[in-house]
Amino acid sequence: MLSFVAQRIVKGAIVLLAIIVLNFFLIRLAPGDPAVVMAGEAGAGDQVFVTQLREKFGLDRPLPEQLFLYVKGIVSFDLGFSFRQQMPVSKLIMDRLPATLLLTMTAFAISLVLGILLGTLAARWAGTWADTAITVVALVFYATPLFWIALMAILLFSVALDWLPSFGYETIGANYTGFAHILDVGAHLIMPAMTIGLFFMATYARMTRASMLEVKRLDFVKTARAKGLRDNVIQRRHVLRNALLPVVTLAGLHSGTLIGGAVLTETVFAWPGIGRLMYEALLQRDYNLLLGVFVV
Amino acid sequence: MTQFWKQMLRNPSGLIGLIILVIAIFLAVAGPMVFPNSPWRMVQRPFLPPFTLSTVPLGTDALGRDVFAGMIYGARVSLLVGLVSTLAALAIGVPLGAIAGYFGGRIDDALMRFTEFFQTIPSFALAIVLVAILQPSIYSIVASIAIVSWPPVARLVRGEVLSLRSREYVQAAIVTGQTSRWIIWHEILPNALSPVIVLASLMVATAILLESSLSFLGLGDPNLISWGYMVGAGRTVIRQAWWITVFPGLAILISVLGLNLVGEGLNDALNPRLARDGR
Repeated sequence: MLSFVAQRIVKGAIVLLAIIVLNFFLIRLAPGDPAVVMAGEAGAGDQVFVTQLREKFGLDRPLPEQLFLYVKGIVSFDLGFSFRQQMPVSKLIMDRLPATLLLTMTAFAISLVLGILLGTLAARWAGTWADTAITVVALVFYATPLFWIALMAILLFSVALDWLPSFGYETIGANYTGFAHILDVGAHLIMPAMTIGLFFMATYARMTRASMLEVKRLDFVKTARAKGLRDNVIQRRHVLRNALLPVVTLAGLHSGTLIGGAVLTETVFAWPGIGRLMYEALLQRDYNLLLGVFVV
Repeated sequence: MTQFWKQMLRNPSGLIGLIILVIAIFLAVAGPMVFPNSPWRMVQRPFLPPFTLSTVPLGTDALGRDVFAGMIYGARVSLLVGLVSTLAALAIGVPLGAIAGYFGGRIDDALMRFTEFFQTIPSFALAIVLVAILQPSIYSIVASIAIVSWPPVARLVRGEVLSLRSREYVQAAIVTGQTSRWIIWHEILPNALSPVIVLASLMVATAILLESSLSFLGLGDPNLISWGYMVGAGRTVIRQAWWITVFPGLAILISVLGLNLVGEGLNDALNPRLARDGR
């Protein structure tokens, strides 16, 4: 077990290193001399300053040495400096990370719970109208762009019904404390979390359904039935438990994809997380920041 | 082949998908000829609500541009990007998977680690970074979608090739002294094709979603109108003019749904063994 864990950690470290190296070369792909760009962003463009910058950031040294310095910087959590925001990239990201974690974790929980529930129900009633209805709902959500679900939710719940706030993390200027604050954040959280959650819910529902139908035909289920166990017990204890294995594996693989969803939803709902940060970096062509977010 | 079409047409969801797809392709190809309004030209007053003028059936956007024309021209971009980037992803994934599966051993190990590496990177984030750095254009969009979507192809092809490799007819070809290249190309790949076709049809759908998300974020080709761009542009005025965001979004939804249905229909038709299980 221990050696397995160690192996995974080493593997993870190698992947991380590879991503960092890829990142390094992506920066080089960006058009323009970085020193000239930085000088321009800092508001001064004369030759002396550019040379100074070049020396300061080691841009005059050979490429392998630059790569080494870059990797060393990242390992010590130095992701560079964002000239647009006048702040170190790592600080910007750390400020925004909790909001994104809250959003993605909630969305992840919603998608798994709803997906498994709907998938189980569909498998239970396979072939009936309820199964068809669930399958159609799953298909539609699976085909809908995230940002569009988000906008439609705003149209329905904020504009037409006026039930939920359409943007932000909390009501600005309200300064709620204690329980009222939690309720306030919760109201802001529902729509973005549901938006990401529903998309992944569709995948899990379809997968749970297919996998349950597959497990149902296996011999040990027949044995359980022959033993005279009640249908509910068989469904829950025998079928569901085994059917969930591939679903959980897939969910684990998806945890990275959630960040992609977060970029879109955070943009629409002005949620102050790293997805929104990435979008801002994108608009301002702030490559240091963009690649910093990417590494995280 | 007739067997295949029979299967395909007997499947109601596959048939619906096929109909949607045919209509979408027709609109994309013939639409601009029938409907000459340029999507960039101002044709009416801004914020004209839909269903008020028959010449501008779906209303106009914030600059008085025809929403319906935008949707028709946008279909070209979405379908083309979906198709071309999938073909490009196949061009990377199929050879890599085939080589890994056929030769095995260290080559297989190295190629699969490489594939896994690309699979662990969050695909949408990578696509954003790639397009941003290469500058938004139709080429960089296609390239980055292809780069983030080839790994599943490589894995699938590798698995298929691995199982086909030990078949007798492949062994026979090896014994008769055919080159590896000839065997892969003529003996193995044609037999590994059907799951790849199914995957490819689903990949086109994903590619369309990716493209629309990229252009929604403002990373679309600035010279071409696309559905994602229209939704993104309408976002800021959604309270006054719902139709600017609703219709292009529906277009994405319907075409992606159609492609997914076709993919499932293809799956049932090409793998009849699986289809009978009722999934």
